[in-house]
Amino acid sequence: MSNEAVIQHGAGTHEVHGDHHEGHHHHETFITKYVFSQDHKMIAKQFLITGIIWALIGGAMSVLFRIQLGYPEATLPWLEDIFGHWAKDGRITPEFYYALGTMHGTILVFFVLTAGLTGTFANLLIPFQVGARDMASPFMNMLSYWFFVLSSVIMLSSLFVQTGPASGGWTVYPPLSALGDATQGSKIGMDLWLISMAMFVVSSLLGGVNYISTILNLRTKGMTMTRMPLTVWAILFTALLGLLSFPVLLSGFILLLFDRHLGTSFYLSDIVLAGNILPNEGGSAILYQHLFWFLGHPEVYIIILPTMGLVSEVMSVNARKPVFGYMAMIASMFAIALLAFLVWAHHMFVTGMNPFLGSVFVLLTLLIAVPSAIKVFNWLTTLWRGNLHLTPAMMFCIGFVSMFISGGLTGIWLGNSTLDLHLHDTYFVIGHFHIVMGVSAFMGMFAGIYHWFPKMYGRYMNNTLGYIHFWITMVCAYVIFWPMHYEGFAGMPRRYYDYSNWESFKQFVELNKVISFAAILSFLVQILFVFNFFYSIFKGRKVTTKNPWKSNTLEWTTPINPGHGNWPGEIPEVYRWAYDYGKDGVDHIDQITPIGENESKEGH
Amino acid sequence: MTWTEYFVIIIVALIFIVVFQIAKASEYVSVLKGEKKAFQQNNRINAFLMLVFLVLGLAAAWWCNSLLYDKTLLGVPAASDHGEEIDNMMWITLYITGFVFVITQVLLFWFAYRYQTTETRKVHYYPHNNKLELLWTVVPAIALTVLVAFGLYYWYRITGEAPKEAMEVEVTGHQFGWEYRYPGKDSILGRQNYKLVDAAKQNPLGQDWADVANHDDLHPSELHLVVNRPVKLIIRSQDVIHDVGLPHFRLKMDAVPGIPTTMWFTPKITTAEMRKITGNENFVYEIACDQMCGNGHYSMKGIIVVETQEEFDKWMAEQKPQYNLAKPEVASKAAPGAENNKDLVLAQ
Ligand code: HEM
Ligand SMILES: [Cu+2]
Ligand SMILES: [Cu+2]
Repeated sequence: MSNEAVIQHGAGTHEVHGDHHEGHHHHETFITKYVFSQDHKMIAKQFLITGIIWALIGGAMSVLFRIQLGYPEATLPWLEDIFGHWAKDGRITPEFYYALGTMHGTILVFFVLTAGLTGTFANLLIPFQVGARDMASPFMNMLSYWFFVLSSVIMLSSLFVQTGPASGGWTVYPPLSALGDATQGSKIGMDLWLISMAMFVVSSLLGGVNYISTILNLRTKGMTMTRMPLTVWAILFTALLGLLSFPVLLSGFILLLFDRHLGTSFYLSDIVLAGNILPNEGGSAILYQHLFWFLGHPEVYIIILPTMGLVSEVMSVNARKPVFGYMAMIASMFAIALLAFLVWAHHMFVTGMNPFLGSVFVLLTLLIAVPSAIKVFNWLTTLWRGNLHLTPAMMFCIGFVSMFISGGLTGIWLGNSTLDLHLHDTYFVIGHFHIVMGVSAFMGMFAGIYHWFPKMYGRYMNNTLGYIHFWITMVCAYVIFWPMHYEGFAGMPRRYYDYSNWESFKQFVELNKVISFAAILSFLVQILFVFNFFYSIFKGRKVTTKNPWKSNTLEWTTPINPGHGNWPGEIPEVYRWAYDYGKDGVDHIDQITPIGENESKEGH
Repeated sequence: MTWTEYFVIIIVALIFIVVFQIAKASEYVSVLKGEKKAFQQNNRINAFLMLVFLVLGLAAAWWCNSLLYDKTLLGVPAASDHGEEIDNMMWITLYITGFVFVITQVLLFWFAYRYQTTETRKVHYYPHNNKLELLWTVVPAIALTVLVAFGLYYWYRITGEAPKEAMEVEVTGHQFGWEYRYPGKDSILGRQNYKLVDAAKQNPLGQDWADVANHDDLHPSELHLVVNRPVKLIIRSQDVIHDVGLPHFRLKMDAVPGIPTTMWFTPKITTAEMRKITGNENFVYEIACDQMCGNGHYSMKGIIVVETQEEFDKWMAEQKPQYNLAKPEVASKAAPGAENNKDLVLAQ
């Protein structure tokens, strides 16, 4: 099949048509092809589809708790029909509300925007774009996916235990998460949460090691590091961040398990719970927060860096213009990755930390805004005097930049400890991180999906639905999260089940209705996207040319439906960087075209 | 489920199907019309929408502000000295980030519109320019330095040592409420041990009765503060992490079991004055728990009353030490001379 595609579209490409490809047609069964697959393309699709399923579950949870927040008085019998005593008399109970919020956060941050996102694009793009037949260790790659599945199954099972899933917030701070008597969700649900997350860390590490070694070792001839597309650079930094910080998180979780079951006092001290005096003394609840945020902060960059890479690449292709400041983009990602390890305590300004320590973290935190600003200006300059092809993918790139600006700027508020005194744990923080991380990352991910869908499935997604998807998502995202900053200005705390008994916070009744309505609408539009996705896999318009976006990167030199091993025949050699768009008036020059004799020296 | 609910589901499903069919049809149409034409048309429409989004978006932001401004604390003066500084910092930050926000968003959407593809457009091959990179490294760095400088100046003032004359009050959080302890006449908060906590024996804060300093400690149900008099809160938790959130004072501090924290400020506006300022008869200063602490987190409220010295003294005179409740037999005898008692115990 792959062979035929090459012949059909081979004209003008530079592959060496050898007979080597025969070797790649090994015998495949359904199980080895679709289930325990070791092909990076299939694993990418597995991650993506698992991520989509998780996103639907996590999104539906947010719809449920937004119903509570928007319509706290309403009694909806259908809720009780579905959720039984969790929604007694048609009202979501506080236990349920907090479980929903906790699971929503965990699922979206880890299962969707970490595993779903990096798992998909690292697996899809690394071998394709560096010119490798597959990952360095396809077997470990497969394990990485199946650990993710295992982790998913455990997390899912925690939803069905009698006392419910974890409910102390996605950060699961002890002592709340350490003591089963402190809240229902800290009983068996919390153990399942911790075990699931431990499996998740294993999955991330297996994936990360593989991504790094593939990028460092399996680049094709001529693919120097500084010729790699920014997607690959971004994934490299992401993987390094994960590799260095996930183990710390795991250690924090293990100590928490010890405190829960072995009577240790790492995080516990001086506790009287419901009249019971606990024996634990000398532990520090704050220690956990240090361990958690030592991952937690890099984690937010683990989420956003890959999308920065995707956006840079897709934007350049669709602007028909090189990404501006390629080296500066790499340098700023490096700076972000480095600083990401040095700012974690900005989540802890009000824990009673030493003010001097706090001030060091203020400095380092605001420092991280510099490379972020560089990236934004570089994206703007990439658009400037381009020839913009506003495909759905490109639309999402522009949406990404808009969101990243909005959310990055509010980060500067929060990073200033003086302001954080007022804004910490209010809706301002919810607004900040949903815009800069939640929505931005989703926009970047959508850009990636729309752009590489033809490579994954050999078909296009429906354009019109893509535009509808973009516009409604964009408008709803701002309608939902922009006004939340105002709730923050009123000091309105996050993680409240009901505000009606508060003189200070009860004035936002109508606003909360509007927000909930927009949230439900945007969820419906995401369902439309999922429809489009699955429908297009089977019924989408077929791709008829190898390089539909006229892109320079290597994946578009493979056949439309590449087989195992990606390139029939030899892997092409690379002669230039990935961003020669519009050079010397030529629309695009792909990476496998040697430098012409009369070509100008400009560029990279 | 009720009929209306079925109805809503059916309507939503219908809308879905209609949208889906339209989208499919438009794909066929574009194939008929020719890919290129359809592509150009999509570009024109969406580029125009980008501009519309920019204009309507900025207008909507303005509108949102006018609708919500009065519901926030932006227009309400901070009720503490630190709060005033925090408000200053907020306006400085707002001016700088607001400026950057408008410039960058306008450029982004304007470029998206302006440089939409046309048959004749020639792109400008512009891979890098180190001067520009330097420019937008240095300028943000300077702006951020300004913010850091102001921020840390205020931060050190706010987190610095409390003045000597500050009144000390202990605030203790537990699921799901707050307890307050005043040091009483001796101005000393007595010794405490969590192992002594026993609500049944009228000792909810684990006060060590062997310490005489405890005998006059008061345990009222509201937190009363004196206007213009600095107060230092000593913040504890008995079970999980809570947080003393004071929106009107613009402050907050975690309550961590085993690790007491502190926070000080000077209230500037009495509750009565704030009622006038906000025009809200029912206004009260609320302590909102700002750290997820369990299923009752959202109801973990405390009340602060800021009043004049006279009002405060009057209120204080009505309070009875907790010791009287815990040890009624001893307390009634010892009551007249708590100070003498203290010397006695110290001598032992
Ligand atoms: C300009 C750069 C940024 C700065 C200065 C910044 C600063 C901060 C600070 C200080 C907080 C803590 C707020 C609080 O809890 O009181 C925070 C929260 C958060 N930020 Fe950012 N941020 C920036 C960019 C980002 C980016 C790019 C992401 C993600 C992609 C992100 C994700 C988050 C998340 C998830 C939280 C909240 C975590 C939680 O408490 O649940 N931030 N940010
Ligand atoms: Cu952070
Ligand atoms: Cu709380």
